[in-house]
Amino acid sequence: MDTMTSNHRVMSIARAIVLMATTLAALWLGLNFLSQETILEGLPPNASKLVQALIAIVLGVAGIWALFYAGNTMLEAFPAKARDTLRPYLFVLPAVAVVGLYLIYPTVGTVVTSFTDIPEGESFFYNYADAFTDQEVLLNLRNNMIWLLIAPAASVVIGLAFAGLVDRIRLESLAKSFVFMPLAISFVGAAVIWQFVYAWKPPGQPQIGTLNAFWVGAGEILVGMGILTEIEPIPWLQVIPVNTLALIAIMVWLQVGFAMVVLSAAIKGVPSDLTEAARIDGANERQIFFRITIPSIRGALLVVYTTIAIAVLKVFDLIFVTTGGNLDTSVIAVRMYQEMFRFRNFGAATTMAVILLVAVIPIMFVNIRNLRRQGIGA
Amino acid sequence: MTVVTDKDTTIEATPKPKEVRRRRDGTEKASWFVRIAVLIIVLMWTLPTLGLFVNSFRPSVESSTTGWWTSLLDPFSTDWTLSNYVNVLTSGGMFDALINSLIVAIPATVIPITLAAFAAFGFAWLRFRGRGLLFGVLVGLLVVPLQLSLVPLLQIYQGTGLTGSFVGIWLAHTGFGLPLAVFLLYGFISQLPQDIFESAYIDGASPYTAFTKLVLPLSVPALASFAIFQFLWVWNDFLVALVFLGTSSDVAVLPIELASIVGSRGEAYHLLTAAAFVSMVIPLVMFLALQRYFVRGLLSGSVKG
Repeated sequence: MDTMTSNHRVMSIARAIVLMATTLAALWLGLNFLSQETILEGLPPNASKLVQALIAIVLGVAGIWALFYAGNTMLEAFPAKARDTLRPYLFVLPAVAVVGLYLIYPTVGTVVTSFTDIPEGESFFYNYADAFTDQEVLLNLRNNMIWLLIAPAASVVIGLAFAGLVDRIRLESLAKSFVFMPLAISFVGAAVIWQFVYAWKPPGQPQIGTLNAFWVGAGEILVGMGILTEIEPIPWLQVIPVNTLALIAIMVWLQVGFAMVVLSAAIKGVPSDLTEAARIDGANERQIFFRITIPSIRGALLVVYTTIAIAVLKVFDLIFVTTGGNLDTSVIAVRMYQEMFRFRNFGAATTMAVILLVAVIPIMFVNIRNLRRQGIGA
Repeated sequence: MTVVTDKDTTIEATPKPKEVRRRRDGTEKASWFVRIAVLIIVLMWTLPTLGLFVNSFRPSVESSTTGWWTSLLDPFSTDWTLSNYVNVLTSGGMFDALINSLIVAIPATVIPITLAAFAAFGFAWLRFRGRGLLFGVLVGLLVVPLQLSLVPLLQIYQGTGLTGSFVGIWLAHTGFGLPLAVFLLYGFISQLPQDIFESAYIDGASPYTAFTKLVLPLSVPALASFAIFQFLWVWNDFLVALVFLGTSSDVAVLPIELASIVGSRGEAYHLLTAAAFVSMVIPLVMFLALQRYFVRGLLSGSVKG
């Protein structure tokens, strides 16, 4: 391949440099154009917005490909030997650089800040000592523990029960779709949906919240039977400690679909010889489920449990949007956000982040090891 | 992938008459208990969304005084209306937020996939110094929750003026999505048969050509799964958008706009329902249209940090 004349080489180097320079210039101009207040003055606002969207999307999508193309053209201009040495880095370095900037550098920075952003003359552990003696932080940690104890277990149990039951009915995939669907919904969307479930009206008025309608309806029946003397609607998101449980219920609602799909697939993977043999030996369906199915899918159970546990430890949106962390519902991630933006206390904010990391890492290791073993995702 | 939907299992299973035997051999017929239990769970998982959906077509006088079910029980005395949707899309910031979400989500899906596909190919099929180490570090970052990045990145962003810009959030989502993307795509691309590369190189193709002409087309299933996961993650993201993009109406994305309506719901209770559905319509359509890829994508993406 190295038969090209030096003239040719100069030409191709020049072409490559021009191509790269043009690409960068075009991206630069395009992005500057985008950041202007009004994109196109003559157009009505909606049309202007659509034009802006089109430009932005084309710029983002075509830009990344143009950069790689230009990079490769530059690479091809090198002599064969250098080309082969450099080529892997053209493929790998962009990703490594972005990850370095967005994950490695900030993670190190966060850990360092949590030890060094302290009042003068204090020890390096000031922020941590402060955190673990602060009543509110301890309350947040306690709430994280409550979430961690209830939400993953509840999601796994309901998901497993549903997966086991639905395996035996005719409209299986339809029923599964309904339970899986919430997984497509954002935490903010779910928070809105559940506001209408938890809505509260004073006693005597018709309840508009689904849960209070059931609650009051069922209560009135009991009152009528003389079992209860009175029934009052409950403001689910305002009463401590019911509000935390009400929020956890939303999380469970969102996560059961995930648990169900993974566990359902695992259940179908249990060899039918095993269950058939047990059946011939006279085992009933329940014994088969608890003695054969569950032990055979414990790997999948662990993956589901740890995955949900990690999501639960990092819970933020759901609480931030519904209660704002008030009324004893706050958790570490919400606290971190408040330290960052409300109090501008970066030392405390980074300390919260490090606490989160320390909590997540052991669960994550179990998770990744099991994921490999299960083959999910790879 | 051990993750399978029903059809996969029937394909893999030995050629017994599909599903029939399991269901018709006496013990297998679902009992009433099973049916009712399934029905109850399905109802619990559907009613909250259905309630919101029904309310989004009711006038505010009705949705703020009576439960959504009254309209279903007595559909003819309800004043069904589209005005909530019309209001939300014409007056509030919801239309702009919808467009902003598209501006954010499409590049924030394509950019990480592109970078990850190149990197996965490099790690799988090119030899170079530091390969094992770089790959280990990249994938090891899966364990890092994105909260660890917020403070230092915010300081950089404020220093460089990237806060509130679309490029800024594209790159942020790219950074946070890359470890998983590389992990997943490497798993797929490294399993491609070696012969296809050899014959391509003999024909004079460069690795770049082999990558774009062979690897990418062959990797469509893996790319699609990750694309769906990442698109949905970005579309539904609230925290990253809140920190790096902000709440001003020229850049606010759907979850941000929706959350701000929640905050002011005193006067906008009925708008909230329509706004929530506007924010959900694209994920739900994707869910209905691409259910198989969708399940696979969500499952493979479940480890995202």
